[in-house]
Amino acid sequence: MVRNILSRLLQAVCVLLGVALLIFIMLRIVPGNPIATLMGEHADRAVIERMTAELGLDQPILRQFIRYLADALRGDFGTSYSLGKPVAALMGAAFGNTLKLAVLAALFAWILGITSGVIAAVRKNGLLDHLFMGASLLGVSMPVFMVAMLLQYVFAYHLHWLPIAGVSSWKGFILPAVALGWNSAGSVARLVRSTLLEILEEDYIDTARAKGRGQLGVLVLHALRNAMLPVITMMAVQFSSLLSGAVITESVFSINGIGRLAVQGISGRDIPLLQGTVLFSTLVVILGNFLADCLYSVLDPRVRKEG
Amino acid sequence: MFRKKKKEKEQAQDIRLASQIDEEESFFSLMGRMARENKLAAASAILILVFILAAIFAPFLTRYSYSDMDLLHRLSPPSSGHLFGTDEGGRDILTRLLYGARISLLVGVVPTLLSMVIGALLGLASGYAGGKIDALIMRLADIMLAFPSMLLAMVIMYMLGDGLINVFLTLALVNWASVARIVRSETLQLKKKEYVEAARVIGVSKAVIIFRHILPNCLPTLIVLFTLNVPSAILTESSLSFLGLGIQPPDASWGQMVNAGRQYFYNAPWLSLVPSAAIMLIVMAFNFLGDGLRDVLDPHQKKQ
Repeated sequence: MVRNILSRLLQAVCVLLGVALLIFIMLRIVPGNPIATLMGEHADRAVIERMTAELGLDQPILRQFIRYLADALRGDFGTSYSLGKPVAALMGAAFGNTLKLAVLAALFAWILGITSGVIAAVRKNGLLDHLFMGASLLGVSMPVFMVAMLLQYVFAYHLHWLPIAGVSSWKGFILPAVALGWNSAGSVARLVRSTLLEILEEDYIDTARAKGRGQLGVLVLHALRNAMLPVITMMAVQFSSLLSGAVITESVFSINGIGRLAVQGISGRDIPLLQGTVLFSTLVVILGNFLADCLYSVLDPRVRKEG
Repeated sequence: MFRKKKKEKEQAQDIRLASQIDEEESFFSLMGRMARENKLAAASAILILVFILAAIFAPFLTRYSYSDMDLLHRLSPPSSGHLFGTDEGGRDILTRLLYGARISLLVGVVPTLLSMVIGALLGLASGYAGGKIDALIMRLADIMLAFPSMLLAMVIMYMLGDGLINVFLTLALVNWASVARIVRSETLQLKKKEYVEAARVIGVSKAVIIFRHILPNCLPTLIVLFTLNVPSAILTESSLSFLGLGIQPPDASWGQMVNAGRQYFYNAPWLSLVPSAAIMLIVMAFNFLGDGLRDVLDPHQKKQ
């Protein structure tokens, strides 16, 4: 198992390097000198050249990349052009918010998704099944911004129950987290239902019943335990789409997070900021996938033995 | 020489026929079966068709102009004159929705087709060639799939710049990797089938094997993938446009209409909600249709 995990770690590192190189190249082949674009057409040519040299932008791209990587490993992601602060500091302040948002959204999605999926499976073709599956379809198909704006309108603007924007108190996280987790809740519910229905047909479920275990025991100890494996894999994938959705949610609820920094990076034509935020988010996704893989091999004895 | 070629052609045809024996059911009877078995998928197909027709015949379906301002009727709520109300310039929202459907549907279909072509070619090459080519393409796919899709789309949009064509390219570049992975695994399975083996033994060229014997058998999967990838392309575009990064005026997509309505949201929520609902409906319809198609075209995948 240790060998399995080590090889996965190596893979993750390789993918991360590839990701970094790809972002670097994509942002560097934009035509024109970024400094010249930033300073406008009236800037002094000598100043532009000095700035370009100072930032190392006149060097060959591979050398620039290696320098960037070396700096990034020491926690230096350069200085934001548009905000004038170190990108690392900006991201440090923003990441806490994005992480809280994503984790809360994931918790909401998993709790709601698993509960409604289990109830739907147990009451197959019943009223609750149709109700939950209809709702989950709505959940899967609604764009994140639609859910976010509707929640904001109803619970913040109309009912005044929760803050309309910002995260100055914990209450501010509720609506954004629900909006962000809504889609995932739908897909988790559908997956849990279909996996559980398949597992309930298995022989070992009959065996457990024959041994005299009650309905709840069979469900929790035998069925749900096995149904969790595909759900865990999906959760890792969902985490990536949560970070994608966070860009939208943070924008609707004016939360200072990584996604909003990335948008600022684009609108400010701010390469270090865009590069840092995208690289950092992808790092988090890769790390999440790696952890899910490890968890998977701990939970599933079949994978454990193979490794 | 000529005769030999002809014979080769016949043999290839025989093998092709043999390979399709288990798929005798014609396309139309398959669709008929789906419509009978899965009412939801049939209804979705009709809904999609209605959307497409509405987009094409938009000018004939409305008496309002899509761009002319009518400042006396700004932000008026839904009424019998303006079914979905008017926007900040007094323009009829239903009209804008009909015209916006053109861009939004194109944005769903064109990049998805592009990503299918790129993904299928790379997947076929990867699965059939194996070795270094396989490793190279799959590592590239791993890298693409590691990104949160929205952020990848943003970086590519930054690289390419604004504009409709660039939105197409961006969405195609974001989505090809998952297609390549699926086509590769399918190719690996098909490569081992007897009829492919037989074709190779009688000396059929690689290109013919790939495009005549393997690709047609990937088609059911590709059709299902297409139907399921269209909605995700529409969603990604609408998210980009929602942030003001996607389609730029004067082109109008539904996502952009949502974005334009944001600042009037508390006074006139219909500005954003109507196009949002349209996005939701089309996404839902494509998802239902995709599920239905998967059940009839690809019974193996049904269980997974």
